[in-house]
Amino acid sequence: MRETTVNKVLGHPLNAWYVAAWDHEVNRKPLARTVANRPLAMYRTEDGRAVALADACWHRLAPLSMGTPEGRDGIRCPYHGIVYNSAGRCISMPAQETINPSATVASFPVVELHRFVWVWLGDPTKADPSLVPDMHQMDDPAWAGDGLTIPVACNYQLVLDNLMDLTHEEFVHSSTIGQEELSESEFVVTHDGDTVTVERWMLGIDAPPFWLANMRDRFPGFEGKVDRWQIIHFESPSTINIDVGVAKAGTGAPAGDRSQGVNGYVMNTITPETDKSCNYFWAFMRNYRLESQVITTKLRDGVSRVFKEDEDMLVAQQAAIEANPDYEFYSLNIDAGGMWVRRILEGKLAAEGRLPVPAVSVA
Amino acid sequence: MATSHSRVWQRATVTESDALTPGIRRIVFEPQRPVKVEAGAHIDVKVTIGGATDSRSYSVVTPSDEGRTITISVLDSPQSRGGAAVMHALRVGDTIEITQPVLDFPLRIGAARYLLLAGGIGITAIAGMASVLRSIGADYTLVYVGRGLGEMAFVEELRREHGQRLVLHVRDDGTPLDVATLVGSVDAGTELYTCGPIRLMDAVRRAWIERELSPANLRFETFGNSGWFDPQRFVVRIPRLGFETMVGTSETMLEALESAGLEVMSDCRKGECGLCEVRVLHLDGDLDHRDVFYSERQKDARGKICCCVSRAVSTDLGRPGPAVVTIDIS
Repeated sequence: MRETTVNKVLGHPLNAWYVAAWDHEVNRKPLARTVANRPLAMYRTEDGRAVALADACWHRLAPLSMGTPEGRDGIRCPYHGIVYNSAGRCISMPAQETINPSATVASFPVVELHRFVWVWLGDPTKADPSLVPDMHQMDDPAWAGDGLTIPVACNYQLVLDNLMDLTHEEFVHSSTIGQEELSESEFVVTHDGDTVTVERWMLGIDAPPFWLANMRDRFPGFEGKVDRWQIIHFESPSTINIDVGVAKAGTGAPAGDRSQGVNGYVMNTITPETDKSCNYFWAFMRNYRLESQVITTKLRDGVSRVFKEDEDMLVAQQAAIEANPDYEFYSLNIDAGGMWVRRILEGKLAAEGRLPVPAVSVA
Repeated sequence: MATSHSRVWQRATVTESDALTPGIRRIVFEPQRPVKVEAGAHIDVKVTIGGATDSRSYSVVTPSDEGRTITISVLDSPQSRGGAAVMHALRVGDTIEITQPVLDFPLRIGAARYLLLAGGIGITAIAGMASVLRSIGADYTLVYVGRGLGEMAFVEELRREHGQRLVLHVRDDGTPLDVATLVGSVDAGTELYTCGPIRLMDAVRRAWIERELSPANLRFETFGNSGWFDPQRFVVRIPRLGFETMVGTSETMLEALESAGLEVMSDCRKGECGLCEVRVLHLDGDLDHRDVFYSERQKDARGKICCCVSRAVSTDLGRPGPAVVTIDIS
C-alpha cells in the first residue's frame, strides 16, 4: 500500500530541463543564476550561443560570473585570469607555459527554446532537447504577450501546488480573478505519464473584473453572463500552462467554439533555485488583438499584481512550514491535481535515487 | 554530479581478482559507501610499501550498477614503484582503504567527433568513455595500442562492443601506431581523449601542437607513474642544508625528502600543478621528466623539476653508480 504521508516539500529531479533565464537576460556579459542548487555563470559566445558553466573557477572557486568574455567563446576568471572555453576547458593559465590537464569547470547542456534558456544539470547523456516542455505559445505567431520572473522564497513544489488548484483564487485574488463559483464548480482531473490535467468550467456566471476588462478589449461595451474555463496542464518536472478564458454564455465554448470569447494561456515554469527558493518564470499569452502592445503591457502588469498576492502567500507558507517542523500536511479533495504532480515527481526522484523518504511501502 | 572532486576515504572489500593477461589483474571492490562512477573517474588506494603508507591512483572501469562495485585493472611492470605488486597480492575477502571515485578526466558530451586513444593499461580509463559514446550514438573511434595481443586487456570485449569502431595497433604483429598519421586525421571538431605511457602521450601532444589544434580538445590523464626510463636509484644532494639521501626505486624524490624530515611544498603529486618544483643546481646523469607541468623548452633546460614524479637516471654516465642530482628547495 501507499503511505499517506505527504512530503511537505520535495527535492527536484536533476534529469530534466529547467529554465535558467529569459533569452534576453543571457548576453556576452556573464550572468549569475542558481538552478537546482548549482550556481551557474551564463553568457553568450560571439556567435550567439548560450553557455552555462559552473560558477566557480577550478583554481580557487572564484565566481566566473564576475569575469569577462574572452575571445570567440571563452570567459576569463576575474581573480587570476584563467580562461575557459564554452566547453569548460581551460585554454590559458597564468604564469606557466602549459595548461594543467585537469583544469576544467562543468559545462551544462543548454537549449534555447520558447524565449527561454533551458539547462540540464543531471546526466548529460540523457539531455535530449525533445524533452523540453511544450511552451510553444511563447513564440507562436498566433499568440502575443509577455511575462516576468518572480524570485519566490519558497520550495518550487509549493508554487506547483498553487497552480494546480485554482480554488485559492477566490480567497487570494478576490479583487481580480476570484469568484465563489471557483470553489463551487466541479473539476475533472486526468493524468498520463508525465502530465496532469485539471479542467474546470463555470457556466453562465458574471465575469470577474479581470475577465470583464479582457472581454471589453475584444467586444467593446460587453455586458452579460459568461462561460469561464480553466484547463491546467502540468508537464514534468515543473511547467504548468493554463488555458484560461471566458466566452459569452451559451455560445458553445464548452463544445469548442470560443469565437465569442477571449482566450489566454498562463505560461508558468518554475525553476528550483535552492531547496527553499525558486525562480518563477511566467507569461500571459493571448490569441486576440495580437497587434495591441497596450493590451500586452496591461495584461502583464495586471497578472503581475495578481501573482504578487500568490508570492506573499507562498513565502508565508514556506515560513510556516519551517516554523512547524513537527506538523504534517493533510489533503483536501481539491488537491487531486497537485497530488498527481507530487506522485510524478516522487517517481522521478526515486528513479534518480534522490527521494529521502520512500513514498511507496510494500504492505 | 555523483562523482566528486574531493577525496572521501572508505573501506572496500575485494570481491574478485583475476588475471586478464600475464601482467594485468582485474580487481573488483565492494565499497562501503557506493556512489555512481562516471567515465574517466579514478580511485586512490592506500598501499603499504616497505612499511610506509602511500597512495596510488587507478582508473576505474566504468560499471553499470550505480557504483555498488568498483573495478580497476592493474599492470605490474618494471616501471611500477611497488603499488602494483601490492594490488596484485590482494585476494578475495581482503579489505583496503580507497577513495570514492574522483573525476579529473571527465568526458564531455556534445563534441562533433571523438577519438579515443588508449596505450596498454591506459585502456582502463578509455574503455568506459567508449561505452558511454556508443550508448548515446556519438561519432567515435577507439584506437587501442599495445606491444602484443597477449598483453592487451579487454580486446575481445571491446571488439564485441565496438566492432568497426575499434582500431587495434599491435607492435609485435607489425601494425604499430603512426601518431603523426593519426593526429593528421583529426579535424577541429574532434576531441581526443588519451591515456597511456608517457612516450605515446608526448608524441600525441607534439603532433597536436604541430597541427595547431586547440589544446582544449586534447584531453589526457597521467598519474605521473610513467617515465622515459625504468625507475633507478639516484642520489639527491642539497648543499645549502648539507643534506644527501638516496631515492629508492619504489619512492619518489618528494617522498624521500619528506621521509628525511624536510618540508617540501606539494599538492597534486602527479606532475600537474608545479608546486613541488625544485631547482636543479647540478646534474650528474640525466632527468626523467614525468610531469606535464613544464613545457618542452623548460624540460630541455634541466633547470627545474617536479620532484613529485620526476627522477634522475644514470644514462651515459661513463661510470658505475647512480645518478646524482644537486638541488635547492624553497
